[in-house]
Amino acid sequence: MDGQVQSPIPVTATPVADTKQKVKLEARKVSVFYGAKQALFDVSIDVMDKAVTAFIGPSGCGKSTFLRCINRMNDTIPICRVTGDLKLEGQDIHDPSLDVVELRARVGMVFQKPNPFPKSIYENVAYGPRIHGLTRNRQELDEVVQTCLEKAGLFKEVKDRLQEPGTGLSGGQQQRLCIARAIATRPDVILMDEPCSALDPIATAKIEELIDELRKNYCIIIVTHSMQQAARVSQRTAFFHLGVLVEEGATEDIFMKPVDKRTQDYITGRFG
Amino acid sequence: MPEHQHIVKSYEEELAVLDSRIAQMGGKAEQLLGQAFEALERRDPNLASSVVAADLAIDDLQREIEEKAITMIARRQPMALDLRQIMTALKVSGDLERIGDLAKNIGKRALAVSGESHPKSLMTGLRHMVELVMHQLKDVLDAYTERDATKALAVWRRDEEIDAVYNSIFRELLTYMMEDPRNIGLCTHLLFGAKNLERIGDHATNIAENVHFLVHGRSMQSDRPKGDSTASMRPNDEERSS
Repeated sequence: MDGQVQSPIPVTATPVADTKQKVKLEARKVSVFYGAKQALFDVSIDVMDKAVTAFIGPSGCGKSTFLRCINRMNDTIPICRVTGDLKLEGQDIHDPSLDVVELRARVGMVFQKPNPFPKSIYENVAYGPRIHGLTRNRQELDEVVQTCLEKAGLFKEVKDRLQEPGTGLSGGQQQRLCIARAIATRPDVILMDEPCSALDPIATAKIEELIDELRKNYCIIIVTHSMQQAARVSQRTAFFHLGVLVEEGATEDIFMKPVDKRTQDYITGRFG
Repeated sequence: MPEHQHIVKSYEEELAVLDSRIAQMGGKAEQLLGQAFEALERRDPNLASSVVAADLAIDDLQREIEEKAITMIARRQPMALDLRQIMTALKVSGDLERIGDLAKNIGKRALAVSGESHPKSLMTGLRHMVELVMHQLKDVLDAYTERDATKALAVWRRDEEIDAVYNSIFRELLTYMMEDPRNIGLCTHLLFGAKNLERIGDHATNIAENVHFLVHGRSMQSDRPKGDSTASMRPNDEERSS
């Protein structure tokens, strides 16, 4: 007996993905090798635009490896080899003609540990737009910095000390500064690799509120070890295990009635 | 049932305790219902009083289950099957508590009519009904323990039968009351007893729905067959139809 047996009684229809929603990122049979060792096996997934997708799974399951494929961060590891198709809005991200620097501007990233540049709060946000030539003059740059800090929910707290070092902020503020920096290059996609694991619950709540706000305009992928966080912030959840994408679906389904036994065991804290 | 155990053993134990409390509650509810009917049938005021008193134990169990479930939600943040089990235990304990109350009510009515003699034929319909209800209760509790959605579905479907028996008892008692107004007191009590049994049947179907949710993670959407048409029935209807 299992959940596959069809009940003769009409049941609530399983919510299907909103067909009006746009697929932002399309992965087909993506595999990653570190030398001879294969870390990711044929991952195929559609990541929706203007939504938060959570990647969950035990340490070493490949979720961060997959995340790093999306902005070609794995290129920086010499022994790393990526196969399969990965398309951002239909464009192959491994296309040789594609500028990696431009790709990384389109795909922003926020890391586990807040890593502001050892510069002023202002410069942390202004850096990206400046090197990518996104603004024409100082006034425009000022506006971009303010807008991004506002979007990151930080402006009110720092508006009187924009020239002070970013590293002087609290952990939660630093992480919001990093998010402001990430959105300053006008990305399409924001990747977040455990963005709250170094933060206290209040700072975490502020980041989660921010993520919820940002998803109206961005495609967000978040890697998290907190099931509750995945359940709280995401619309879709993907479970990785041993380098395989085991199950992907609407977040409420994954946490209420996962189809795969491995997903169930993992999210309920059982050993398989 | 998942064959894998929780890494945190105390979590596993808490879930097991929750299940065993539901089983205890179910056992007590079944026992109470059986005794309440026996008290009614045998006109045994002592047994009836003990039924009324014993309902407290069911209420205590329900409070315990409620506290445990809330504590587990707060401390464990349950997911998937665990969340479904805890939510189901909460709801099922609510239904069992109501079943206990209804059995107690039958006990009270047994006390009220213990001095009156009632013809055997009057009890035949009620006996049939109580057997059906007891069967439903037993099956649905088994379905819960065994996580058997198919069995739960069978219970859910059989509720119609109880409603049909209730309707016929209603007519029978009505006829009896019209024949001789001296029967009205007794028959009213019996009628309420039958209504209580019918309500217990409804709670059994609630539990069946919860077992379905527990197993499949979806709710039964379509409405349960509603067979009790007595709410719109008038004494004159009887005359016209007979």
